[in-house]
Amino acid sequence: MNTIIFRTMAPIIVCIMLVYAVYICLRGHNEPGGGFIGGLIAASSIAILGMANGAEATRRALRVDPLSIAGIGVQIAALSGLASLFTGSPFMTSIWLYLELGETIVPLSTPMAFDIGVFLVVFGTISAIALGLEEGEAG
Amino acid sequence: MIESVTAAGDWVLVLPLALCLLGAALALILRRDRALVLVMSLLVIAAVIACEVVLLLRVYEAGPLSMTMGKWLPPFGISFTADLFGAGFSLTAAVVTLLVLVYYEGDRGSGLDVNFHAMVLLLLAGVTGSFLTGDLFNLYVWFEVMLIASFGLLVLGGRPLQLDAAVKYGFLNFLATSFFLLALGLLYGSLGTLNMADIMRVAPQANMAAMGGIAAILLLAFGMKAAVFPLNGWLPASYHAPPPAISALFAGLLTKVGVFALLKSMVVLLPASRDLLEPVLVALAMATLLIAPLGAIAETNLRRAIGFLLIGGVGAVLVGIALPSLDGVSGAGLYIFHAMLSMTALYLVAGLIERATGATDTRAMGGLYAASAPLSILFFVLILAVAGVPPLLGFWPKLLLLQASLGQGGWSGGLLAGALVVNAVLTLIAGSRLWAHIFWRAAPDGAAPAVVGSVAVWTGYGATALLVLLIVAAGLWPNALFEILAKGAPDLLDPSRYVTAVGLAGGVP
Repeated sequence: MNTIIFRTMAPIIVCIMLVYAVYICLRGHNEPGGGFIGGLIAASSIAILGMANGAEATRRALRVDPLSIAGIGVQIAALSGLASLFTGSPFMTSIWLYLELGETIVPLSTPMAFDIGVFLVVFGTISAIALGLEEGEAG
Repeated sequence: MIESVTAAGDWVLVLPLALCLLGAALALILRRDRALVLVMSLLVIAAVIACEVVLLLRVYEAGPLSMTMGKWLPPFGISFTADLFGAGFSLTAAVVTLLVLVYYEGDRGSGLDVNFHAMVLLLLAGVTGSFLTGDLFNLYVWFEVMLIASFGLLVLGGRPLQLDAAVKYGFLNFLATSFFLLALGLLYGSLGTLNMADIMRVAPQANMAAMGGIAAILLLAFGMKAAVFPLNGWLPASYHAPPPAISALFAGLLTKVGVFALLKSMVVLLPASRDLLEPVLVALAMATLLIAPLGAIAETNLRRAIGFLLIGGVGAVLVGIALPSLDGVSGAGLYIFHAMLSMTALYLVAGLIERATGATDTRAMGGLYAASAPLSILFFVLILAVAGVPPLLGFWPKLLLLQASLGQGGWSGGLLAGALVVNAVLTLIAGSRLWAHIFWRAAPDGAAPAVVGSVAVWTGYGATALLVLLIVAAGLWPNALFEILAKGAPDLLDPSRYVTAVGLAGGVP
């Protein structure tokens, strides 16, 4: 897998995939997509980077340990459910905030925060598995 | 949508779960700093215990408490519903987990355990969720959470013995949850709902034959989870493999969730189908009661032998499910409580014995009495408690179960009463045989084993002694337990208060 074509193209592919993953995650509330599939796409981009540059370099590029990213994702998802404690509703009740930015209205909500949490959980765990496997190949 | 305002006090129902999950994630993030993770885990479990004490008192005062997530109407939204049994068991589970964490500090050997605390908290989340949920599919989800966490704990350290155990444990438990999922599909297809309160309402009108078949599959699935006799192969094959603290945690929590799910699905959800399956339940209860202690007598590996004693206890709970009178259900509930405490304590003591002698097989042990009298007393008290000798905790549930079986009057009651008594005698024989081999007879090569005294050892002894003290105290002053049973057991036989709490009362659709 270590051809010069692959190594040159990999960063570009990874960038496109990461942007696409965020897009898929955010459109997921009303259309096909969501945190789970977005996280999978992002994690496969990390796997590609690992194949091209080696697992060690990819870990450095990520800066944060993948399993810690997954942990932060669980925190975000759980806290998004706990937010409804302050509105006198049951656990996981959605809270919406409509931001008016000029012409458009941007809806922000706790389901979105939950989805971002799921994104990070899937991204973190699958990246950790992929990098672990790639390290095993090298060693 | 639900329009009413939810009081902040109702949140004690979901806070234990949310705290466990948040704690598990935090432990994963902080896993490089062992001391910090330990303090954080202990604090999280203490907070969970506080929430569950409030929950228990509240359910005791005001009846079952329910919360349906996200303001959706009950049969569609996922309900969490705590009755007294569920609240009590989840509190017991949290207390047991706290003591095991303290014990583990004195027990851990090498540093291969960076993820131990995260997985224990995840396991506690799964167990708490299973006890508090009011939705069958949600129960399946918590079973999976529990399975993942226990699988991780089982292979922690990665010795070949553990991997071998994990394969057997993992395969048979996956099979059990697959059967559970199969039954859920059939149940949803025939009733159109998986909310427990809703099932209680609509199941009596459904096709009797279909319900009977579904109940049989549920019996198979939960029977595997609970290690009922012919389906118990995975338990003795896996519980002796991980470090003793982890075996103790499994023994206290996992099979109890399975048997509680069996109690709930048979007695509360599908009582008509339970009547249909009663001969099967009687046969399973008798087989488990009689054969498991024989396994314990034949076994020479200490923790495998204790595993068979654990399985015998599951048989006692099955007696309560086979005889669902007020006494029977109370006895089953109290036995689950007793087994959660006693079985954990037995495995903890087994861990201390293994450390003191350096062996896992009773044939290589001996003469420990001279080296450590306190250890022999702890083990002996626990054997008496498990066998059901008064006035220890194990006596009261067996008394209730005997009352239920003799009060029932039929042939099955008489058989079950006989099996209970024979089981107590066999358990006593197996236990005292173990005690004699480990403590009484001379050490194999004449030399008394050395016990190392250090701070680490004292945390292990302290946690175990505290648990045994709890068992003795609960046996001597069982009044509070009986008051809880007197309020909790009628709700299992007549679920109207439960259905009202979820908000589904008012006629059949």
